[in-house]
Amino acid sequence: MADRPVLEVKNLRVEFPTRRGTLVAVDDISFTIAPGEVLGVVGESGAGKSMTGSAVIGLLEPPGRIASGEILFDGRRIDNLPYEELRKIRGKDIGAIFQDPLTSLNPLYTIGRQLIETIQTHLDMNQAQAHARAVQLLEEVGIPAAARRIDHYPHQFSGGMRQRVVIALALAAGPRLIIADEPTTALDVSIQAQIISLIKKLCRDHGAAFMLVTHDMGVIAETADRVAVMYAGRIAEIGPVRDVIKSAKHPYTVGLMGSIPKVGHTEARLTQIDGAMPRLNAIPRGCAFNPRCTKAFDRCRMERPEPIVVGSTAVACWLHDPAKQEAAGGVR
Amino acid sequence: MSAETPLVEARDLARFFDVSKPLLNRVIEGQPRLTLKAVDGVDFTIRKGETLSLVGESGCGKSTVARLVVGLYRPTRGQVLFEGVDMGALSTRAEERALRKRFQMIFQDPYASLNPRWRVADIIAEPIRAHRLSGDRSDIRKRVDELLRQVGLAPADGEKYPHEFSGGQRQRISIARALSSNPEFLVCDEPTSALDVSVQAQILNLMKDLQRELGLTFLFISHNLAVVFHISDRVGVMYLGRLVELADARALYDNPQHPYTRMLLDAIPDLDMSGRARTPVGGEVPNPLDPPTGCAFHPRCPWANERCKTERPVMKPTANGGAASCHAVEERRLAPRAQKV
Repeated sequence: MADRPVLEVKNLRVEFPTRRGTLVAVDDISFTIAPGEVLGVVGESGAGKSMTGSAVIGLLEPPGRIASGEILFDGRRIDNLPYEELRKIRGKDIGAIFQDPLTSLNPLYTIGRQLIETIQTHLDMNQAQAHARAVQLLEEVGIPAAARRIDHYPHQFSGGMRQRVVIALALAAGPRLIIADEPTTALDVSIQAQIISLIKKLCRDHGAAFMLVTHDMGVIAETADRVAVMYAGRIAEIGPVRDVIKSAKHPYTVGLMGSIPKVGHTEARLTQIDGAMPRLNAIPRGCAFNPRCTKAFDRCRMERPEPIVVGSTAVACWLHDPAKQEAAGGVR
Repeated sequence: MSAETPLVEARDLARFFDVSKPLLNRVIEGQPRLTLKAVDGVDFTIRKGETLSLVGESGCGKSTVARLVVGLYRPTRGQVLFEGVDMGALSTRAEERALRKRFQMIFQDPYASLNPRWRVADIIAEPIRAHRLSGDRSDIRKRVDELLRQVGLAPADGEKYPHEFSGGQRQRISIARALSSNPEFLVCDEPTSALDVSVQAQILNLMKDLQRELGLTFLFISHNLAVVFHISDRVGVMYLGRLVELADARALYDNPQHPYTRMLLDAIPDLDMSGRARTPVGGEVPNPLDPPTGCAFHPRCPWANERCKTERPVMKPTANGGAASCHAVEERRLAPRAQKV
């Protein structure tokens, strides 16, 4: 089947058992990513976006664990694979890019050695072939004089160039899925724009699926095809990026968009969402957003909303339930 | 004080850091001394009640300027004047103290800038005690309660410790502390950079409200152009230790002159989804230890010519009513900027 999603996440739940009870970091979320598609996962600190990414690549820090749900890569379950088997997939079929390029690179080896090692681990190539591929990868991610730079150590590269090396590493074995956690956050704005356009180009050229985890709505707007907005471990809204940004449906997304200062808009005050995201040990009953929501009504305080399809997006909000009127209490 | 005297003025402000290796290494390896020119000749004025922002990428010297203005660093060259008085030339401690209590600073990291062992009420009261504004316990307590309310916290929060608060609430505490000595001038170094966007909006709104109520003057340091546009009356763009453009916020964004300003504006992600064309500019900020000759921006500038490589440009008035240091702007050989919607 041509349009089978590369990644399918079904009802994923990530828990952290602690002495004072179990914390649910990711609570029953589902999404898919098609080949060549960029899915942005956006949210504020503590929304569970990075946790979702870690769960997908099987790098949850213990005691965190997947409590229920399924993760399917190319139609095959990967969440219950033994460590060694998952390791073969990770790195070859699934590439990862993290926020800080320095921690992803070994400072003691040249970048060439690290690239060649990755290539030879996953692909059947001899030294010369692997070297040639490494140079080609570095050229592809826009590193000038790649043939010479390949013998340099990570500290000899600037932040933006280092992030390009990390991207080259993630691409080394020709992955079908790339997961990037805040890939541009540590970079300056002008470098950020360069990395964003590089990521877009690579996705197009390689047809890889891309999961982009970030707090920055601007990066999402520039890069993603679809976006999932996360709040307190749940997806509040998921849909095509244009629809979510231009006509947000969930009150949280509306507030979030209004709170971003925009160049050229001269409103005196920004829209603000009062309060803060709840802590994991104090997630309110019903909709997690209800204490901060100006439109909350009785049902929001009692019953947890499940995603409701509205046009091209899915919104977890009772305001969009066709049967809303029948429920107890009116709007506001 | 005449109406024309600005509240704060920086004149040819510069700060160099000696980053040489130790003497023995220099002798053995035959290396010269190394000087990092973090800030190299910056001039600006801030009028009473306005917000001037300095914006730029990492390493452009904007935070060093903030520290020079509040006196955390001594300038290598140049002066900072507060109501026309040179702060470096004050002769007695008393004079210095009288001036110092009129300005305060808010830092980027609300986790590092609050003492974890102190109660919030003591943190906020520290400037009152340090400047000996009041010695009376109940007076101080009353003032602290008022400040807590002013920044959107409850007086009961004064009994808690900083770790009991979120990042946004901590930044509110920092603001309350900064306000406790009744300053006229606040220097804010990336006050919202460590915060989530919805919390950032709360803090920016609070700062604007306080400015209106208390008639405060702000020097605002940020790398985020959208935040700067929102909060500022005037904006200065810095690159490698120098100002490259200074203009009213609206004029700067509508009609940017300097190629670097244009590049920064083009790099802002387009949240309106207008499909605006972006001119990608390659390259990175050069090593500040070895800045390019002439105009520091010339290796990345599409309009650079021979003159730019050899002669350092100075600030000249521009068409948008501000000033920019660029030969291409002065000679009017810049292509008009792609019209944005």
